[in-house]
Amino acid sequence: MGLVTLLNSKSPLADSAAQRATLDALPIDASFARAVASAGHAPLRTRGVEVLQVNVGKRCNQACHHCHVDAGPDRTEVMPDAVVDACLAFLERSGIATLDITGGAPELHPRFKDLVVCARAAGRHVMDRCNLTITQLPNYADLPEFLARHQVEVVASLPSFAARQTDAQRGEGVFEQSIAALRRFNQLGYGVEGSGLILNLVTNPVGAFLPAGQAALERDWKRELARRFGISFNRLYTITNMPISRFLEFLEASGNLQAYMEKLVGAFNPATVDGLMCRSTLSVGWDGRLYDCDFNQMIDLGVESGAPQTIFDASVQGLTGRRIAVGRHCFGCTAGAGSSCGGTIAG
Amino acid sequence: MDTYYHPKDLGHFPDMGKEAPELWQKFLEWYTAVFKEGALTEREKALIALAVAHTVQCPYCIDAYSTACLEKGSTPEQMTEAVHVAAAIRGGSSLVHGVQMRNHVEKLSM
Repeated sequence: MGLVTLLNSKSPLADSAAQRATLDALPIDASFARAVASAGHAPLRTRGVEVLQVNVGKRCNQACHHCHVDAGPDRTEVMPDAVVDACLAFLERSGIATLDITGGAPELHPRFKDLVVCARAAGRHVMDRCNLTITQLPNYADLPEFLARHQVEVVASLPSFAARQTDAQRGEGVFEQSIAALRRFNQLGYGVEGSGLILNLVTNPVGAFLPAGQAALERDWKRELARRFGISFNRLYTITNMPISRFLEFLEASGNLQAYMEKLVGAFNPATVDGLMCRSTLSVGWDGRLYDCDFNQMIDLGVESGAPQTIFDASVQGLTGRRIAVGRHCFGCTAGAGSSCGGTIAG
Repeated sequence: MDTYYHPKDLGHFPDMGKEAPELWQKFLEWYTAVFKEGALTEREKALIALAVAHTVQCPYCIDAYSTACLEKGSTPEQMTEAVHVAAAIRGGSSLVHGVQMRNHVEKLSM
């Protein structure tokens, strides 16, 4: 913790246009539009809206080295009440089954509990993308009980079952606090078979390499977290680091950018394209603007101009079949077994 | 500076198939099959490969299997332990030949 965001360190990469320009300037013969066209998607379009992913803001109690949001304690962007209400109204009228709440640390938003309660009352499945350490802050110690009471699926970030790697990515002391949080979730029944309370873990590689095979890694993690800490969980999601924001800065600073992009492009897997999350997700920014995914949101690639642009005028009909905005960063979702907010796409 | 080993040469490994394509193909098929999950997981096989790479002191293999180990989900601690296993066998192997030395010395000595 205590790392500095790109914005507040005045990094040139705080500007999303600079991030896109950096990727576009790389001497690589690669066009994502051409790649997906070769997989039968010319152009890539959505098939509907199955998940409403709401990013309630960039405030976070952590500042992880790989964060694609450039979130941190020093960020002030927080979703206004009117946007929260519009998200709930859209969820209600659209019939979308799943609300996926993300950030920043979404629980820091003053309306977080409202969002959960209203969405659950409307019969929606709710997912909380939790950084775990938030539950160790005094004012948020009741979060696990709250989430359990409302049967919220917890999707928790933990890059490694080893302290050194976790702290290297997420900040000094994060691992110990994460383990304490996971133990609390387990005590409440989260991740325990038969409880109905889902605790899924998310791991991003701690460096410039692709994630391991999800199924094999999940077996290892279940064994190691049980053996070392007595912790259980439901599923492990492996997610590829996108070459944007703070991870892009790391790639540049460490001299890995060219090789990493070549790796992503070289590992393009056509079998992942059908299942890309952008084809079934609608992403809402803190200010109410609409995006095809959370990554596009962070580099300011909005939904196509013919579609509704904000949550205030959103309709499933108007958003279904829209052309998805793509760029070189998208190769991060199609490399190897593919990557999404729900982990591996193919195989 | 010119050296015998160039990192970029690893990318030219398939050039070994140019003069002997059938042998290269057989090697590739066998190599690919060896590293598939079997009684050992792919992660365990990559760790063995990393240890062996240190024993045969192949810089290409060390680079390739350091990446492979990370991408199969091994931690740097596990990789370091694997290298220690290789080192211990190398060291032990030297030491156990001391028995041959002792035998020879005994034969020559009064």
